Amino acid sequence: MKTTDKKEKYKEVAYYPGCALEGSGHAYNRSTKALGEKLGLKLKEVENWNCCGAMEVKNIDPKLQTYLSSRVMSTAANKMKMDVVMAPCNGCYHNLKKAEYDLENDEESKEVVDRLSRKAGHETYQAGQVETIHALDWIKDTIGEEGLKERVKNSLDGVKIANYYGCMYTRPRHIFPEKDAGPGSESTSKPHFMDDLLEAAGAENVDFPLKTACCGGAHTLSDSDTSTRLVTNILQTAEAAGAEVIATECPTCHSGLEMHQIRAEKTLGIKTNVKIIYFTQLLGMAMGLKPKQVGLHENISDSFDFVKKKGLA
Amino acid sequence: MTDLEQIGSRLDALIAAPPVPADAAELLELGEKALEQWVLARGKEPTEDLREGFRLLALHRQGADKDPSFNACRETCRELVYHYNLLTQPSEDDKSEQHARMMGWVANHLFLFISGKMETEQLGVFCCASKPVRETVDANGNAQ
Repeated sequence: MKTTDKKEKYKEVAYYPGCALEGSGHAYNRSTKALGEKLGLKLKEVENWNCCGAMEVKNIDPKLQTYLSSRVMSTAANKMKMDVVMAPCNGCYHNLKKAEYDLENDEESKEVVDRLSRKAGHETYQAGQVETIHALDWIKDTIGEEGLKERVKNSLDGVKIANYYGCMYTRPRHIFPEKDAGPGSESTSKPHFMDDLLEAAGAENVDFPLKTACCGGAHTLSDSDTSTRLVTNILQTAEAAGAEVIATECPTCHSGLEMHQIRAEKTLGIKTNVKIIYFTQLLGMAMGLKPKQVGLHENISDSFDFVKKKGLA
Repeated sequence: MTDLEQIGSRLDALIAAPPVPADAAELLELGEKALEQWVLARGKEPTEDLREGFRLLALHRQGADKDPSFNACRETCRELVYHYNLLTQPSEDDKSEQHARMMGWVANHLFLFISGKMETEQLGVFCCASKPVRETVDANGNAQ
């Protein structure tokens, strides 16, 4: 029986890690799973999942990207009989949302997806069969701030955090109809879900004005200098805002910040010391998990001494 | 030195100083000048209109016309205006020095985004939104 109560509905979700979480973002994969288990939430990985179409396919053939994302949702809905897909990666989350929007509003997309689905031998995904959520929604709507407060083992008290959401979590606004929907909903101009969750675990969030600013992510290899300049400005702004940590919720943002932090020192001579840690790693440690259980050793930037100093290890 | 380089040099100097509350108007103006460069490069005359009381926001909207990827700097523009308001409206808090510093970094981000986009026009295209979807939306990202 389908339930409309998010608290119950999200307790067991289809988990779509996506490609990045099996590679450069493995620490996010590990910490998301460990945190879910610690909080008593169930993840059922989407069977035989495929790439969402990421940025590359979308740019070459957007309808093919819609199909690829729809296949993931079709598997969750039709094979696994799940009604919620949780995607921690902003790119995957964004693409599934975009596919959902296209399939609801664009006849040509529907035709292409139906044709390719039949050719591939699986049921065509129909708009509305599943709800796609982000890892932030998952924690916020099941456990919530009060639930986190009750479960804190190692408070994040004294940890000053700048929350960086990146661009794909909120843009373009029309593919996220649940955002900007009044009290309790996420904001596309000033997102706050990550702030809320980390504050509940004791952290001190700083006023950070570049929460959704462009980091030049997609250009990180083709035009590294532009990305390095944009990322360095984000890092310096976080430090000027008083942050010791930038909390992330996207593997692409996270890798970009880490890599360009190192590159900035070499190419621009600008050294920043702010730590870059996934919000799932921070929440996991706050809930009593060890740094290695949340994959802190898999991050590029070394923050072991920092978390030890803060009493999280 | 090009106009854009001059904007960058002035921002570097202000940030190094660092910015003080009295710099709010200049930081806002530098943001406008950076946006003007983008509009001019696209063969248009920079607007003198105001949007929500600010030319900066009108210039951003003009810059995003038929190029929704420019919305990748929409929130940065809004943060610049927000900090300008914080610094110019009466307030009893004692954070004005910090607000001024932050406004400097925000203005710098806008400058870096625009100067990056002048070099690589597709900056902001791939990652912040879906191109085919955005072709049917207005400059603010609203479905039409």
